[in-house]
Amino acid sequence: MEQLSMNLLGAAFFLYLASTIFYAVSVTGRKWRNKQGEVTGNRWGKAGYITAILGVVAALGYFFTRWAVAGHAPVSNMFEYVAFFGITISLAFVIIYGIYRVNVLGLITMPIVMLLIAYGSVFSTEVQPLQPSLQSHWLEIHVITTAIGQGILAVSFGAGLIYLLRTINLKEKGMTKRTFGVEFIMYTLVSVIAFIIVTNAFGAFDYEANFAYINEEGQQAEILYELPPLFGPNEGELLTEDRMEPWLEMPDWIESDDLNTVAWTFGTGLILYALIRLLTRRRVGALLQPLFKNVRPQTVDEVSYRAIAIGFPVFTLGGLVFAMIYAQIAWTRFWGWDPKEVWALVTFLFYAVYLHLRLNRDWHGEPSAWLAVVGFAIIIFNLIFVNLVIAGLHSYA
Amino acid sequence: MDEIKCECGHLNPYGTEVCGSCGKPLVNSGSDRLLNMRYEGAARRSQTYNKSIIDKIWNFFSSVKVGVTIIVITLLASSLGTLFPQEMFIPPGADPATFYAEEHGALGQVYYSLGLHNLYGSWWYMLLVAALGTSIIIASIDRFFPLYKALKSQRVTRHKSFMKRQRIFGTSRVDNEDTTMAQAQDILKNKRYNVREENGNLLAEKNRWARWGPYVNHIGLIIFLIGASLRFFPGMYLDENVWVREGETVVVPGTSGDYYLENEQFTEEHYDEDDERYEAAMAEAGEGAQFEETFRTDAVLYAPDEEATVGVDQELEEIDRHGIEVNDAFHFDEYAVYQVDRKLDELAEMTFDVEDTETGEVVDSFTVDLNNPDGNYTLENDEVVRIHSYFPNFYIDEEGVPTTESDVPENPAFIFEMENENTGQMEHTFLGIQANYDVSQDEEGNQYAFSMSDFDTNHVAGLTVRKDHTIPFLIAGGGIFLIGLTQGSYWAHRRIWLQRKDGEVWIAAHTNKNWEALKRDIHAITEQTQVTTPQDQTDETHEEDENQQEHIQS
Ligand code: HEM
Repeated sequence: MEQLSMNLLGAAFFLYLASTIFYAVSVTGRKWRNKQGEVTGNRWGKAGYITAILGVVAALGYFFTRWAVAGHAPVSNMFEYVAFFGITISLAFVIIYGIYRVNVLGLITMPIVMLLIAYGSVFSTEVQPLQPSLQSHWLEIHVITTAIGQGILAVSFGAGLIYLLRTINLKEKGMTKRTFGVEFIMYTLVSVIAFIIVTNAFGAFDYEANFAYINEEGQQAEILYELPPLFGPNEGELLTEDRMEPWLEMPDWIESDDLNTVAWTFGTGLILYALIRLLTRRRVGALLQPLFKNVRPQTVDEVSYRAIAIGFPVFTLGGLVFAMIYAQIAWTRFWGWDPKEVWALVTFLFYAVYLHLRLNRDWHGEPSAWLAVVGFAIIIFNLIFVNLVIAGLHSYA
Repeated sequence: MDEIKCECGHLNPYGTEVCGSCGKPLVNSGSDRLLNMRYEGAARRSQTYNKSIIDKIWNFFSSVKVGVTIIVITLLASSLGTLFPQEMFIPPGADPATFYAEEHGALGQVYYSLGLHNLYGSWWYMLLVAALGTSIIIASIDRFFPLYKALKSQRVTRHKSFMKRQRIFGTSRVDNEDTTMAQAQDILKNKRYNVREENGNLLAEKNRWARWGPYVNHIGLIIFLIGASLRFFPGMYLDENVWVREGETVVVPGTSGDYYLENEQFTEEHYDEDDERYEAAMAEAGEGAQFEETFRTDAVLYAPDEEATVGVDQELEEIDRHGIEVNDAFHFDEYAVYQVDRKLDELAEMTFDVEDTETGEVVDSFTVDLNNPDGNYTLENDEVVRIHSYFPNFYIDEEGVPTTESDVPENPAFIFEMENENTGQMEHTFLGIQANYDVSQDEEGNQYAFSMSDFDTNHVAGLTVRKDHTIPFLIAGGGIFLIGLTQGSYWAHRRIWLQRKDGEVWIAAHTNKNWEALKRDIHAITEQTQVTTPQDQTDETHEEDENQQEHIQS
């Protein structure tokens, strides 16, 4: 069963890939126009949509079979959560594409979904037993709803990114705030790819470096690095032979192995990004830009807004309301200012700000698109940094 | 202040931008810029008065700019508080004055000095939240009444320049205005629009109620914030911890003696190592990793028997029982008792053998309940052992005096007292863990020797007692917030005006969101009637922008 479940996830991954390819063809290929001369997309777009739906079906197949195996919803560790987040983005895409039929949206969201699933698979994929406080249906309801909300909000990032790539001139010489911003997003996406490559490469050689160290409770413990240690643990002592000594030692309140991973990600990301720039002699955004030249900016602006309007209530329900119900039952209090809770509140406030700013027409278009990017950054920060780097009550890993 | 009289004869309150009756723009009337339709051009208090101090405060808080600024500051402050752990999360017993500097260096010191270690309870954070609430209330009132009036008394026929200055606007020549209008009316009705007709003109409107979404959700937020602030009133809220040993009955703290709770048994269960579902994960975690599955306190709830005389050993009457687990609290009356912690295998009883050193025989043994020791134990030979001193958690303080650190029997020690049959003197023996001394005053050795022969342990359950009367407010506020949010987010207020003007059919449309979807509704009209597709006037401006850009570049 567990194998079947993982196979279904693999199938979903390849369906998303196929969908990406179909959408790419539909965007770059010939256009079909209706009698008013409006571009209505083409059959490749439909093929992309159908494969995306099949991908979602396969991914849900993974989700529910794994649920049956584990006896609890598979959202209880980092792998499961990140993969599920990717799945919810694809689900949100299927819904929003159904409303607006913008093919380029598929071209950008499907790869993000694939990146997330690949990223999640880097973490341990074993089914884990749940400690008592996590054995709650309210926890499952809370996490699932939050992920769906975040998935819908992520689509607004996709649409916002399209808006930026469509409207900002990335060929101009000299760096401006806008070109820097777009390139920074590109660099981050490249870093995720770099991270997936690096961890898989070291994983293929079974790289391990074991440390003895003093943990945050002041006790002797061991920690296992799966990437060469740039940042070592608190008072760490290398136990594995022939491994490099860390460059820097971290205090005990930082999860040093995770920080190390983050450093690797952005470091190799930088190398990969520089390589692309050197080889093509163009900005990464400028390479993608031609794909979006037929997009109506106002349509993607509206898609981006609509995704937030749909996603915000769902996120609020899952990330705050159900979270409070769960916290009241499991931890005796509905709110405790735990970092994870605070960041859910920050996300909520941020999107509230977005909605209020949009009351003013001056904020439509580009400013909104930047805000959608920042919102997604907050969600990802919440997912990765708060979960991994700050050790809290919620930590999944 | 003067009212404004429109050319249609309607009297509008001062500050009105668009005539409430015919829709003629009253300010910038010569312009062809798109009308600001946000509050239908109705006069708002904040835009109208700016004299007294009250006006100024009102205007300040009703501004969306100010509101957004307050939210942004709250957002930034909240995230700042997660930089380092808040005071409530630092290890128990740690002194915050030194903890932050030691753990987090200079930055930690600054964090502590600025009071950021207790940010969410600080006066300025609460002030921010209060300002947020004030702003929500004032901004909502400022807009609600004008909007309500404007939307209630809409006329169908609108002024020409009102039509022209809508974002979606078009004119078409048609063969027969009557049939076109009739067709359009049917189409719109099929699309569930409410269609009103006046002098052959149409106003089709849909989902007006969605406009109240923000007001409903703001009310929900206010109720929520009020609910949250009620916590600071006495009696609304209770949060107490209590440790209960197996077999022990304690008064439930915070209930002023109304309830007693007994811990019959505490159970901790672990995941089965052979469970194939988790085998791989357990193997990965390595030796010694703990996989707890359940913590449970089998609790019995008692109340004092009402009929029994007060004061004398009160009779307790069982009223309920429940296995308290994490995620499954014991609810009774207005209280809830939660499983939060445990101490396993705490010493509970010790059994001592008493040996008569003269005969070399063990006279007897006795068992001391470490949490509730008796004063004397009578042995089989009718001799009595008295507990002279008991130190549940023994240590020797700075002055060299034996004392106890707490009432918890973590390191119990005793001084036993017995009478020496021969001398009639009292002799003393000190007995602790790995300690056994004769501590009698006289020179002679003690007649009786003590040794620990057995001990027994039990588990202690850590429970939290809660009462929270603010929750109903929070549920109401949260519920109303979600209803309003859904109402405002998942429906959009759409209006389409169709008018006969100068032998043409004019169409104009407005929505507060999702224009593409509105255009699709209009598309149905243009497809089936002679009305041509109206323009989205923002499209042109965008294309103009683009053209300009290209000019600059070339
Ligand atoms: C965290 C607190 C707040 C939340 C969650 C919130 C939520 C919302 C939401 C969801 C909308 C609807 C937006 C849309 O449909 O596009 C809205 C509208 C609005 N909010 Fe807030 N709000 C908050 C605070 C404030 C504050 C402090 C102000 C003060 C200026 C304010 C003023 C408004 C106004 C004027 C509207 C538009 C009303 C209309 O469309 O008629 N809100 N709010």
